Amino acid sequence: MKVRRLDRLTDVAIDVFMLGFKAAVIALVAVGSFLTLAGGRYTGSDWLELVGAGLTQGSIYAMIALGYTMVYGILRMINFAHGEIFMAGSFGGYFAIVALAGAGMLTDNVIVSLIAILIAILAAMAVSVMLAVGVERIAYRPLRNAPTLVPLISAIGASLFLQYSFRGFFGSGIYAYPTPAFLQQESPIPLLSMRWVDVLVVVASLAMMTVLYLFVMRSKTGTAIRAVSEDKGTAALMGIDADRAIVLTFVIGAAMAGAAGVLYGLAFIQVTFAMGIFPGIKAFTAAVLGGIGSVPGALLGGLFLGLVEAIGPTLFLTGFGVPATNQLKDAVAFTMLVLILVFRPSGLLGERVTRKRA
Amino acid sequence: MSAATLPPPGMTGAPAADAWHLLRLVQIGVAGGAVAIYTCLVGIVPVFAVRPLIIGVVELGQAALLMVFAAIGYVAARDRVKVSRSRAVGGGAIAGAIAGAMLTGLLAFGAILDLRAMFLNASPVLYDLLNNGLVVTGAYVPIVIGGITGGIAGAILGLSPSVRGPLVIGLTSLVFFGLFAGLLRTPMLVTPLAGLARFLFGPEGLTVAGGTIVFILSVATSVIVRTTKPRRRVAALPPAQRRLVVGPLMLLVLAMVLLFPLALGPFFAQVIAIVALFVLLGLGLNITLGLAGLLDLGFVAFYAVGAYTVALLTSTAEYGIAGWSFWQAVPFGVVLAMLVALFLGLPILRIRGDYLAIATLGFGEIIRILAGSDLLKPWLGGPRGILNIPKPIDVPPTDWLAGPVQIYYIALACAAVVGFVAWRLRGSRLGRSWMAVREDEDVAEGMGVNLVQTKLLAYMLGGAFAGLAGAISVGLVGSIFASSIQLQLSINVAAIVIVGGMGSIPGVVLGALVLIGLPELFREFSDYRLLFYGIALMAIMILRPEGLLPSRVSRRELHTSDEILALSDDQLITDAERREATAP
Repeated sequence: MKVRRLDRLTDVAIDVFMLGFKAAVIALVAVGSFLTLAGGRYTGSDWLELVGAGLTQGSIYAMIALGYTMVYGILRMINFAHGEIFMAGSFGGYFAIVALAGAGMLTDNVIVSLIAILIAILAAMAVSVMLAVGVERIAYRPLRNAPTLVPLISAIGASLFLQYSFRGFFGSGIYAYPTPAFLQQESPIPLLSMRWVDVLVVVASLAMMTVLYLFVMRSKTGTAIRAVSEDKGTAALMGIDADRAIVLTFVIGAAMAGAAGVLYGLAFIQVTFAMGIFPGIKAFTAAVLGGIGSVPGALLGGLFLGLVEAIGPTLFLTGFGVPATNQLKDAVAFTMLVLILVFRPSGLLGERVTRKRA
Repeated sequence: MSAATLPPPGMTGAPAADAWHLLRLVQIGVAGGAVAIYTCLVGIVPVFAVRPLIIGVVELGQAALLMVFAAIGYVAARDRVKVSRSRAVGGGAIAGAIAGAMLTGLLAFGAILDLRAMFLNASPVLYDLLNNGLVVTGAYVPIVIGGITGGIAGAILGLSPSVRGPLVIGLTSLVFFGLFAGLLRTPMLVTPLAGLARFLFGPEGLTVAGGTIVFILSVATSVIVRTTKPRRRVAALPPAQRRLVVGPLMLLVLAMVLLFPLALGPFFAQVIAIVALFVLLGLGLNITLGLAGLLDLGFVAFYAVGAYTVALLTSTAEYGIAGWSFWQAVPFGVVLAMLVALFLGLPILRIRGDYLAIATLGFGEIIRILAGSDLLKPWLGGPRGILNIPKPIDVPPTDWLAGPVQIYYIALACAAVVGFVAWRLRGSRLGRSWMAVREDEDVAEGMGVNLVQTKLLAYMLGGAFAGLAGAISVGLVGSIFASSIQLQLSINVAAIVIVGGMGSIPGVVLGALVLIGLPELFREFSDYRLLFYGIALMAIMILRPEGLLPSRVSRRELHTSDEILALSDDQLITDAERREATAP
């Protein structure tokens, strides 16, 4: 009896702690935002600029998040190596685009340049897809029935393996994406002060995610994937090849990550072997935020995370007199990650998904 | 084995089966060739090319390629050796030659295209190495070498175990001593053994004479051990006598462990001190991950708390606040790390398995970013760091305890304490609750285990030990910078525990020796350290998820229920029969 009471006491204590924690976070955000806005150091156009940056970043997160969300939806595993698939796509696209630039295709002629970028995206997708299928075959498939942590650890191994293989192949230097000059110019979109490349990133990512959404919801293959993620056994009884559906999920996720790699390179210029890990973890956050398994959720989660990361540090922290808030961009994103996992692991849109997972 | 190694049932008749076997050899050869090309381009072969293994005979880079070829030959010969020995040799040779041919293809490509524009390691050094066999030169060399090595591997596989065992051990010890030669030579040069050292070892690699002697000695030892079977004999002794044999052996090992850094000089002392620190860290994570099954990827957070607390309290330079002695500060570091673990653990320990890993990773990163930010710079020094942290034992620089040796002893003592605690806890009510939670949370909760309390205790204990390790490491280095707090540290520690065997104390020691000691000793490896970790993590999870030196419980856990579920019906019967047959 005595032990029981202690148990109940700790449970209550933890509930109180959690409530206090939640309240503290909300208070911090609210007070910080108020102080910052009241301080008046930033004008409206400053904020809109941050929104523009957030949209670009968020679109890329959304595209990566798609791979996490679909794979988790179907296998219930965190594909930790997905960030590295994104990095590999970036490198694949880099070598393609350097070759195309050498062939004189990155000029002021917009059409020709866009074709070159499209080819680079296709090359990146090919590289990413090949690696993702290989990783699935070697590191994940033998572990499909193992306890949860086993495939996760294998995925961490795959992530390290890919990262340091690329370091071995291409060195630890920074590669600079060649981009056509017009992409870096200001676009005429009012207020957001986005460059053309930002517009390209947002539009391309929206377009690809829409196509993908239609594919998953409407096509026969998409239905098969959804059926397998709903219930593998029953899907198999209905004559669906579960292995094929799973591989296809990896293919789709990797293709999106590869495309995101090229868009990232065009927008942020610098690519290195270590570039995948942070966007990977943040995209996972975005996937959880949007509700694991949901394509529109990945888009919303990605954009939301991108915006919070761009605006958050300045908005929440400047008011408290924190110096160099930009340094804390990642810390804000990771705090979001922890808060989401603690308070809303089913995501913002997640009711339907929770029921499915239960 | 599985169906993949046998011809499909439809393919009866000798010619069809032969064709199928040939196809399989081509498969193995091509896959192996891809591995060989990978090893070349990722830089392992060319980077190691310059380092001799046996002086004038073979270099490490070549040896790496030879090992790849031997592995290909082994895989190719494995399912043919049952048919006949000559088939094993032939199969190994064919697969090896195919892999070699792919390297020749790489050479041909390299001659036409400038591969180096893309792959940094497609360098003249690599081409040179591939072009030059021991006797002959030319682009066909990889084919010949691959064929011969693969064939030899097949032939070795076909030998009877009593010959094969010693031979493999002889070759392994050649590689081992070839790697360690330089490190063994340096400390020996100042002793009366200097002449012997020069005779056996070069500055790097074995001499030809040394290689011969090492090979003969190791083969002889292996043969003697095989014929006399000392282990089985000791095990067969009555307990009282067994203690008489094992006791002195344990004392000898203990003496060696204690005298190790003194005998082998400052470089070894430094390396071994780092290894001991990681053993300590590993034993801490072993409680969280190994016993309670919580994958903590943010272990570095507690390490950082311990390190910064001690640094702040003891430093006599800028940012130091108290100027205490090391020993006064350590308890505060440990307790603070534990409190941080409590604070972080409370909200997140309700999350399950894989989400928890990511959440802890997030915490680790938040702490790392904060430590390096301008926000905390006025207190923690940011990238400029905190300097002038006193050594734990303040002795003049000439004293034998002055260097990393003292850290080694302190870390070792702490590791012994932590190991003891973990060992005693494992059988306790708490330890059994941990393992129950690890195996199945829902069942554990149903049996009356309070999940959050249990997990929180594991998390806090792990955090406290990490804080202790952080405190000691600050004493070793004498300073701490924001850049010392790295995600890599969490990954290193997790890899130690996972590779060694979750929940197993000897496993942690072995893991630290292999994963930390080897890369510290061989700087050539250090660039590829995390690459090897990645391969090791995947390989362990796929082939041996209980780790290299598993504890009995986790082995049982990982090898019963899942396997039965995953096996097909006929395998299940044989497995059950085997279990019945071996049951006590």
